[in-house]
Amino acid sequence: MTTLPLPPRWLAVGGIVIGLGWSVALPADTPDTLTLGYLGMERPDDREPLSVLDPVLDDEGRQGARLGINDNNATAQFLGQEFVLHEAEVALGDDVGEALEQLIDEGVDWIISGLPFDALQAVMGHPALGDRVVFNAWAPDDALRGEACHPNLYHTTPSRRMLADALAQFLGYKQWERWALVYGNTDEDRRLAETLRAAAERYGHRIVGDRMWPHDPMARRAEGGFHAIQREIPVFVQDFPDHDVLVVADETDYFGEYFPYQTWEPRPVVGTQGLIATAWYRAHESWGAVQLQRRFEKLADRWMTPRDFGAWLAVRSLGEAAARTGSAEREVVLEYMLGEEFELAGYLGLPVSYRTWNHQLRQPILITGPRMVASVSPQEGYLHPRTPLDALGADEGESQCRF
Amino acid sequence: MSLLTPRGWFSASRHGLLGLTLGGLLALPLAAQAERIFVSNEKDNTISVIDGESLEVVETIPVGRRPRSMAFSSDGSELFVAVGDDESIDMIDLESLRVVRSQASGDDPEVIRVDPNRPYIYVSNEDDNIVSVLDYESRTLVTEIPVGVEPEGLGISPDGRWLVSTTETSNMAHIIDAERMEAVHHRLVGARPRHVEFTHDGREAWVSAEIAGTVSILDMQETFDVKHTIRFDVPGVPRETVQAVGVALTSDGRYAFVALGPSNRVAVVDQQTYEVLDTILVGQRVWHLALNGDESRLYTTNGVSGDVTVIEVDGLRATRSIPVGRFPWGVIVEP
Repeated sequence: MTTLPLPPRWLAVGGIVIGLGWSVALPADTPDTLTLGYLGMERPDDREPLSVLDPVLDDEGRQGARLGINDNNATAQFLGQEFVLHEAEVALGDDVGEALEQLIDEGVDWIISGLPFDALQAVMGHPALGDRVVFNAWAPDDALRGEACHPNLYHTTPSRRMLADALAQFLGYKQWERWALVYGNTDEDRRLAETLRAAAERYGHRIVGDRMWPHDPMARRAEGGFHAIQREIPVFVQDFPDHDVLVVADETDYFGEYFPYQTWEPRPVVGTQGLIATAWYRAHESWGAVQLQRRFEKLADRWMTPRDFGAWLAVRSLGEAAARTGSAEREVVLEYMLGEEFELAGYLGLPVSYRTWNHQLRQPILITGPRMVASVSPQEGYLHPRTPLDALGADEGESQCRF
Repeated sequence: MSLLTPRGWFSASRHGLLGLTLGGLLALPLAAQAERIFVSNEKDNTISVIDGESLEVVETIPVGRRPRSMAFSSDGSELFVAVGDDESIDMIDLESLRVVRSQASGDDPEVIRVDPNRPYIYVSNEDDNIVSVLDYESRTLVTEIPVGVEPEGLGISPDGRWLVSTTETSNMAHIIDAERMEAVHHRLVGARPRHVEFTHDGREAWVSAEIAGTVSILDMQETFDVKHTIRFDVPGVPRETVQAVGVALTSDGRYAFVALGPSNRVAVVDQQTYEVLDTILVGQRVWHLALNGDESRLYTTNGVSGDVTVIEVDGLRATRSIPVGRFPWGVIVEP
């Protein structure tokens, strides 16, 4: 499944490669192989986007890993390296350990996780994992970067806190400082509401009121569904005190899409719907991103999602570290990945790199509407002694992570 | 179109304005002909023409969609503009300042270079992982040279023997033998390499890397290896915003200028010792650079602020900013 765009004779002319002062070994007859495994989970039936315009995806994340492998191999062939991907999917209700063991039996050394919080926790505690490193490309939970962190766990997907901070910075730029908050009744949404409160506090915003939306499943398709919504939403939000924006926390996309244009006051809807903070979006084409979007669409026949992007970043991190060190050894690759020199081009204008204190990838966050990117955080003027990127998410001093 | 350009005189005499004697023509000092500076406005689909004397925009030329890299034909009669979203090269007649023809270039052309000896345009096609070679006289596709992922920067040695193509995702410089039309060496450089510029003696190729914020110096004499890497640091500016993009090298081997992207600075480097001598504050997101004919001035395109900064090389001072179109990308001075 890896496509090499170059004829094989190119392999013969590799020669000694020197890059930025690191010497790289001569391409050997048998390349150094890095074997990666993508570990995903079957989509629960009720996890469908609310808007019928969005496709229901069953290969989210995995396609990003596949593209990362292709991109890595295009360079690796000149360096005597090779990247191989194995894939496993945990069926709903099945034990994640079996899928993990299957990957390990296939020789997988590095795991890319498309698992939610609990399943990922199970993987990290599984004896078969050994010293293997796991990249979390799916779960946004701050606990995984905090009290539940693990020395072999890296996060390429942003934490909820990073997304909330990125949004808060933009709202600060707009001086929309009074928020009314509506959150869902899932665990994820309760955690996101907590995170939004923390971000509001950090950036000096005020949450003037909050309400939980008592979600029970609704049909995605219903004749005239908007009639009910049109009457229901204004009543639900009409008692909020004066506010500048309505912040919606609906991570599972159960109800938030109903809110824009239905508010009591004429206020923008921001958060998980309306104007959103996200690691990746199709409307983003700056800094060469259009190239990645096009490559992805050619491969997957659909748009790239933040989860695809997280998996791509994980695979590319390994590609970059292996190319620069000329090594496939775990310790060598990891040391470089966590070092000062590591800088990955993530099509976000600034290089991305790993925070040493919790292994979270620091990255710019897109602030985007449904049709157009509005901005990219960090916003100008929010300073940080290390890098403005570290103003997003738990900082070194406040992190609960102790390796 | 000024009558004072050499070609202007030529056509004028053909049209019977022969009252002027040949002696009179020769008496005109050459300096009287102001240089023209061409700036591609990526978002406006135009080329701004700046008069080198008044330093004002004197003409705005509509071109195809998303104009970026530019190059002159070898005889100096035409300006080639890569118009990425139209997948072609627009060719502007330098007398009429109009697009007079257009040649298909393959997917998403970004950077172009012209061969000094043959009527060839080299085009990096980002989407296809190839460098296309076009013949602009016969208007044909000569060949396609495969390289790594997302080819971007292109440099050609002064003698036309070597072509260097950088690939943004492979982070490599691919050294292409221009005779055989194939890549013969591949070297890792900094992350997201953007631009290649040969020294005027052809002994080195300078390769800038946007994300790494470095310039790698390739030895083009023997080893084709990276023999030095220049790092940039601007005090008080976040390190991530110090990115390296456009490079301009003086022909006397003294200075190298490097555009440092969103740090809004141009670095001045000693071409011999590779020491960073100074950084000059310019407009926002400085992208590409061009020296004028006598190398007394450096022009920079500043994408976010939508202007061109003029730097006096003697004294290394920014003296002027010239508003142009939206998102100026490339700049080139008429030879």
